[in-house]
Amino acid sequence: MSAGTGGSRDETVWRWLMLAPTGLLLVAFSILPIINLFALSFLNISWKDGKATATAAGLSHYAALPADELFRAGLSNTLIFALFAVIGQLILGFFLALLTSKVTRGNILYRTVFILPILIPGIVIGAIWKLMYNPDFGLINQTLGLVGLGPFDWLKSADTALMSVIIVDIWHWMPFCFLLFLAGLEGLPQDVYEAAELDGATWWQELRYITLPMMMPTILVTMAFRLIVAFKVFDEVYLLTSGGPGTSTEVLSFTIYQRFFTEDRAGYGSAMSVVVIFITAMLLVLALAARRRTERAA
Amino acid sequence: MSEGRIRSAQWPMHLVLILAALTVLVPVIWVIAAGFRTQISLLIGEFWFTPNVASFQEVLFSKTSEFLSNFGNSAIVAIVSTLLVLVAATLGAWSLHRMNVPAWLRNSLLVWSMVFHMIPPITLAGAWYTLFRTIGLDNTLTGIILAHATLNLPMALWLMAVFVDDVPVELVEAARIDGATTPLLLRKIVIPLVAPGLAATAVLCFVFSWNEFAVALTLSNKLTATVPVAIAKFAQDFEIQYTQMAASAALSIIPAVILLLVCQRYIVKGLTMGAVK
Repeated sequence: MSAGTGGSRDETVWRWLMLAPTGLLLVAFSILPIINLFALSFLNISWKDGKATATAAGLSHYAALPADELFRAGLSNTLIFALFAVIGQLILGFFLALLTSKVTRGNILYRTVFILPILIPGIVIGAIWKLMYNPDFGLINQTLGLVGLGPFDWLKSADTALMSVIIVDIWHWMPFCFLLFLAGLEGLPQDVYEAAELDGATWWQELRYITLPMMMPTILVTMAFRLIVAFKVFDEVYLLTSGGPGTSTEVLSFTIYQRFFTEDRAGYGSAMSVVVIFITAMLLVLALAARRRTERAA
Repeated sequence: MSEGRIRSAQWPMHLVLILAALTVLVPVIWVIAAGFRTQISLLIGEFWFTPNVASFQEVLFSKTSEFLSNFGNSAIVAIVSTLLVLVAATLGAWSLHRMNVPAWLRNSLLVWSMVFHMIPPITLAGAWYTLFRTIGLDNTLTGIILAHATLNLPMALWLMAVFVDDVPVELVEAARIDGATTPLLLRKIVIPLVAPGLAATAVLCFVFSWNEFAVALTLSNKLTATVPVAIAKFAQDFEIQYTQMAASAALSIIPAVILLLVCQRYIVKGLTMGAVK
């Protein structure tokens, strides 16, 4: 019988019974598929009449990866995308949260409006912005037309396509940063601000020496959260640009989709997935190590 | 008097906030309005137009359109997968955090679910596709439901862990001394206490399942397509039917707007709690 609180037989039985659904889901649909991916990555799979035939491929899939133009473009574009999108969201989200926490009226109304994009399906956001960016009638080009600019085909030019997708992602997820920052700001102790006001601190000193340092943990957590999700980007790219023009908006998730499903190269697509999963796990290890370091320093 | 001064000093802040709110709202409103236009009105970009519902009728009721069945599929997938996640996560969180599960098992499950949550879902879509094809669940709603439940489980486990931790130890011990069995304890004490947390988790799981695209795309066919899959297909096959694309986008925002107006409290709670803890 286990030690601790109420270690009855009833509890021992229920402990495992209650863990079973979670355990089953995780084992059957997360651990097994990854093992399966790993196995597939050493094979060539071809489907015929609903039956798979596999031949050994050894390490050839992994060897082919570094030279794969799509994969390389996907990797670098995903990094650029995640970096700029998240920086944009953090700055805008913080600024707007700061303003919302300062005003005495309308806070709930602003919050309601700002939450909306989080709840809209990514693919619908893609559809909305595909129409917005349309060179013939899209609102963006119409507005630019008023001051005599354009029209530009934002999504069809290699110079502007990635930037356009980043802007959509900022629009989509800035609200998430806003929400977390607002919650953080509302939780800050007010007496520090009162003291600062008595000492005649300017708003900049207040921001620089009180708000930012106290908000730092929230900012870092939000950044980590957003980077992870930005790394998964798929929906908007799928609908807005499909990776094009050329490879200018090719992102990792989309490359995997193309290789695995469009080209039906399950073995190669699996090898790519395994590498991306490995990179993700490494990022997590780095993030956890960094956190431990800052905690020790603090 | 000083309050009035504070308020009037705030107008520059309100100005910026209203501009930001417009940036968020205008694209959505513009697209909804585009759904009420005719193709010609949209193309020549006239500002004032006579609204008509032809595009909505086409999207909802034309013979070739399957939007209503897509809506049904999305509803089934989102509701059933949410229920599945809630049951698994509530029981799992209680077991992991309050019932002396060996530390190594608890930690490896939690770390694993964290890693799993970080992985781009598309990397697993291939494996799920292969797995479901082998066991005959490819292109079925059951397959999508299981996949969505697994995708949302890590988030639900964390959220429920936070809420489950708030259940007072004294209360649980008192119930134990009175001879309450685990099912009774859950029903009478744990579930009522974590109900607000359960609601927050449920709303988020529902939204994320309703919105999920990559996995639904790879695991569904024409019959089992969810709303995002249908919209993506529509946008690609009929790229120039702009007003219908706008109408279907407008229709698929409806659940989001309803949830925003009815359950905002839970959405905010779920989103902020998941990140802060």
